[in-house]
Amino acid sequence: MLNIGKIEEGFVLDHIPAGKSLSIYHHLQLDKLDCTVAIIKNAKSSKMGKKDLLKVECDIEKMNMDVLAVIDHNITVNVIKNGEIVEKKGLVLPKEIKNVMKCKNPRCITSIEQELPHIFTLADEKKEVYRCKYCEEKFDKHSLII
Amino acid sequence: MRHLMTPLDFSVEELERLFDLAADIEREPSKYAHACDGKILATCFYEPSTRTRLSFESAMIQLGGQVLGFSDAGSSSATKGESVSDTIRMISCYSHICAMRHPKEGSAMVASMAASIPVINAGDGGHQHPTQTLTDLLTIRSLKGRLDNFTIGLCGDLKFGRTVHSLINALVRYDNVKFIFISPEELKVPDYIIEMLKEKNIPFEEVIRLEDVMPSLDLLYMTRVQRERFFNEQDYVRLKDFYILNKEKMDLAKEDMLVLHPLPRVNEISVEVDEDPRAAYFRQVQYGVYVRMALILTLLELA
Repeated sequence: MLNIGKIEEGFVLDHIPAGKSLSIYHHLQLDKLDCTVAIIKNAKSSKMGKKDLLKVECDIEKMNMDVLAVIDHNITVNVIKNGEIVEKKGLVLPKEIKNVMKCKNPRCITSIEQELPHIFTLADEKKEVYRCKYCEEKFDKHSLII
Repeated sequence: MRHLMTPLDFSVEELERLFDLAADIEREPSKYAHACDGKILATCFYEPSTRTRLSFESAMIQLGGQVLGFSDAGSSSATKGESVSDTIRMISCYSHICAMRHPKEGSAMVASMAASIPVINAGDGGHQHPTQTLTDLLTIRSLKGRLDNFTIGLCGDLKFGRTVHSLINALVRYDNVKFIFISPEELKVPDYIIEMLKEKNIPFEEVIRLEDVMPSLDLLYMTRVQRERFFNEQDYVRLKDFYILNKEKMDLAKEDMLVLHPLPRVNEISVEVDEDPRAAYFRQVQYGVYVRMALILTLLELA
């Protein structure tokens, strides 16, 4: 079995649905950070069968974690200091989110103007429904994630 | 700086001020004949709409301003691949206010985000056409004297009709407005509107035959029922006459009932109805100019 060591300072994203870690890596723009990142795919999980994990040695305050709640609000965010978990952060759906989801309405202006940012506002928190800022079409968040 | 994207951008109080101004323009147009001297309205129409464009242009000219623009995407730089944002940045240098029509939903919003002048959404695909709704509201207010306490029948294509959806959303903000939806099964009002009405406890009825409800209406808003909207030819033939307003049906209506229509009319209102004093659809066109004049003045902060 592959072993990845503990990190001293940073955060660990646990319980990522298997296969989603790379998408989160890109959305959090971890490729742009000059710090150690471990991507663990298909780890065994008693709860999920298989799961992904991300271990990141950087200050969580620098990160915009909104995207995590949109991808899966069951992801656990553990903040690590001196090698220990000091905080577990809860995930809340952001009121507005940019360039994480793409509008699927073929009549929307974003369908022809590629450079426009895809911006959605939360329309119904319970049903996890977002509304496109431009055409105002509502979508289930799962149908929109890029 | 303000823009107009949807009819709900203005509060009821702001609409009252806008309609008061439009009424004053109607009463004394000469007072406003130079209100926009030296100002330029750009009409950026990426798809043809003669009626709306001419209404805007007439409004600006009657205010003493001037107009420039294009009337289809073919004569704009969109054919060269220019984005809406870039076009509006350029237009902002040429004019003081812009009315934009574009086939894509949300295009006016994109323009408003990049513009340094007020942008009026003159129709963005099937999404919004706020100046039509303002026209409808001003017509009702001017001819009925109020925007509350009436029963309005909306007839025809209530499923795809953008003007109908906007008008309903605008009227629910006023007290004691009852809606009667008259349409074939295939063209009923979308569920989300029915849910909204139920949530707000607003009375409504859904019927198929126009004749059945004519006597109870204070207003009748007609729209076109297109043949291609029906699933089969038999249904179209069976139902089409229900939605043609003629003298016979007008005889069933109240004496002060008003007939509105966003136009163009095809055959859903017989020409014989045009002579009826209750036919208000051509006066509605005139109110469309007044409300656009009031809107231009308001957005240019000249009122």
